[in-house]
Amino acid sequence: MSDRVSVAKTYKLYIGGAFPRSESGRSYPVTDSKGGFLANAAQGSRKDARDAVAAARKAFPGWSGATAYNRGQVLYRVAEVLEGRREQFITEVAASEGVPVKKAQSLVDAAIDRWVWYAGWTDKIAAVLGSSNPVAGPYFSFSTPEPTGVVAVLAPQQSSLLGLVSVIAPVIASGNTCVVITSQDRPLPAITLSEVLATSDVPGGVVNIITGRTAEIAPWLASHGDVNALDLTGAPESLRADLERSAAGTVKRVLRDKAGEDFTVTPDMSRLRAYLETKTVWHPMGV
Amino acid sequence: MWEYAPAPESRDIANLKPNYRMFVDGKFVEGTGEPLKTINPATEEVLAEVSTASASDVDNAVKAARRAYDRVWSKMPGSERAKYIYRIARQIQERARELAVLESLDNGKPIKESRDVDVPTAAAHFFYHAGWADKLSYAGYGPDPKPLGVAGQVIPWNFPLLMAAWKIAPALACGNTVVLKPAETTPLTALVLADIIQQCDLPPGVVNIIPGAGDVGATLVEHPDVNKVAFTGSTDVGKIIQRQLAGTNKKLTLELGGKAANIVFDDAPLDQAVEGIVNGIFFNQGHVCCAGSRLLVQESVADELLEKLQTRIQTLRVGDPLDKNTDVGAINSGEQLAKIKELTESGEAEGAQRWTSSCPLPDKGFFFAPTVFSNVSQAMRIAREEIFGPVLSVLTFRTPDEAVAKANNTPYGLSAGVWTEKGSRILWMAQRMRAGVVWSNTFNRFDPAAPFGGYQESGFGREGGRTGLEAYLDV
Repeated sequence: MSDRVSVAKTYKLYIGGAFPRSESGRSYPVTDSKGGFLANAAQGSRKDARDAVAAARKAFPGWSGATAYNRGQVLYRVAEVLEGRREQFITEVAASEGVPVKKAQSLVDAAIDRWVWYAGWTDKIAAVLGSSNPVAGPYFSFSTPEPTGVVAVLAPQQSSLLGLVSVIAPVIASGNTCVVITSQDRPLPAITLSEVLATSDVPGGVVNIITGRTAEIAPWLASHGDVNALDLTGAPESLRADLERSAAGTVKRVLRDKAGEDFTVTPDMSRLRAYLETKTVWHPMGV
Repeated sequence: MWEYAPAPESRDIANLKPNYRMFVDGKFVEGTGEPLKTINPATEEVLAEVSTASASDVDNAVKAARRAYDRVWSKMPGSERAKYIYRIARQIQERARELAVLESLDNGKPIKESRDVDVPTAAAHFFYHAGWADKLSYAGYGPDPKPLGVAGQVIPWNFPLLMAAWKIAPALACGNTVVLKPAETTPLTALVLADIIQQCDLPPGVVNIIPGAGDVGATLVEHPDVNKVAFTGSTDVGKIIQRQLAGTNKKLTLELGGKAANIVFDDAPLDQAVEGIVNGIFFNQGHVCCAGSRLLVQESVADELLEKLQTRIQTLRVGDPLDKNTDVGAINSGEQLAKIKELTESGEAEGAQRWTSSCPLPDKGFFFAPTVFSNVSQAMRIAREEIFGPVLSVLTFRTPDEAVAKANNTPYGLSAGVWTEKGSRILWMAQRMRAGVVWSNTFNRFDPAAPFGGYQESGFGREGGRTGLEAYLDV
């Protein structure tokens, strides 16, 4: 053992590509599965959530307007950078989730591969879900999927990295931007993931990550006028119906998570489809 | 006119070696065929000696591909195959400059084209298909479509690396293994791709690359243990292959010649159309199967367009492919140059009016100045036969129906272009073109997400997009 004293990391929020502390000045202690102290995490506030929505909205035109090929390259880059920090994530996931190192390895590997899976989807979604419509008239009609907009994601409470990646990647693959409330008790891998996102050519504001009390922040996102969709995966059971009711105020698309979703299984397209609009275009044909 | 100082790309970047060997079972090995010398068509100097495959080498390559298919590749999950293919895409991007310079040396195409089109599109093709490897059940061919086995692939000299990518990427993504024969005159970038594949640690035998002439290709497609044949090249050879495969169970796709109509209506933005016409026929010296080689102009704007066109073509710089300012490089071979000359002479003999750019041509190498024939009739050879060079034939029409009739008056059907401000007319025309690709107010656009391929004698099967996967699946 070296005598050197290590430098402890300050875990902050990730909003608009920057790493601010909570504007509220609050933080809360994060412990491992046995109750040992790991770090203090920023305790995000309503104002932080609103700032994050503004950042996500600002990033939306650029990200949704990028070519699907470009988005695919960026998502693949996330996998590359994540692979490079594999050991760090194994340590954090093992500490956060209280799983053996071997299990943590497989969770981190699956998280890396999940980015690769969604990287490959970006330029195939339209080919699978789009159509040319054989309408009964002299018109060329086609339908294409387009991103819904700003998505508020309540990340799974248990799966601190793989679950988190599994809910973020499908949102941004198709061109949406998002505000994510991390697992309340296991937030540290999420903040480290934001460091990966920040160095992977993901434009600032495309993914915004807030740590804190889910029950405190989620209602503000559910009722926020500039949020277009809400993923309830990590919502407290007692709040789900209320959050859905709030979401109705601006007709948000709500993803009710499947009970006990197993994130280790390769996903289908359902999380991609959840945040897509279909646009149908008509154009006359004739000389 | 601007004067341009020479801006040559350094030839050293190509990392040219005196000898290249074929790639079989994960190793570079000496072929037992007669070695070939590949030359720089811009200087006629020998670039390198390349070993070629004999019949027994072809057999060994197919056996290696079969072993790799049975033991490794067909059993590997798509998600793992995907990561190998992504590696190839990334390595092509990393070695893009080397590949671009080597391609221009071996093929004669301008460095700005190999740098900006061939190499990045090749990388994109691998990147795109990597993503399909674990998503085949979403492609519309049933819940779990299976690969075919060993694919024998023969590619042409006009886009050597890009055609290798178009062939190898979908084959691997669908779970097949590959034996690929690059063209006799342009084997080098395919062998650098083999080096990349080796560095990416692909299991031995998954990709095998065997240089040689047409006889090697014939041996490959006839091999009894090949399950799938993909050929890009001339319609004549395509027909021979289709006959050869008759009565077998081999799946075949052909991407053959073309004689595309590029149709300009009187309401088209003429300056924009001129750029598109130039790109359509002079891109890659016209060595493009989908080149816009028949210009159909509405009569009322024909004189104006022709004048603008000649003025523009006169500014094209023909010469050193490695010069970054070169627009038109070298014709790939003396044989091809002779074919272009023969066909242009027939054009003059049959009474078409010839105009040729007075641009200076280099003293050495195979070059042909951009040429436009006007007063061309549909019966002339230059209106019917694929010239595969920088030669444009101009015909006129009066009505949209006449444009459609003339455009479709060909045994080919690879591509077409339509220039008009009216969207409804673009779609009306597109509906009537008997061609696999229709470009509207643009030309020669390629993307791995967009299927490419022909109608009629331009071949069958598509490359790219969801549709392109069918060629490599047992469906």
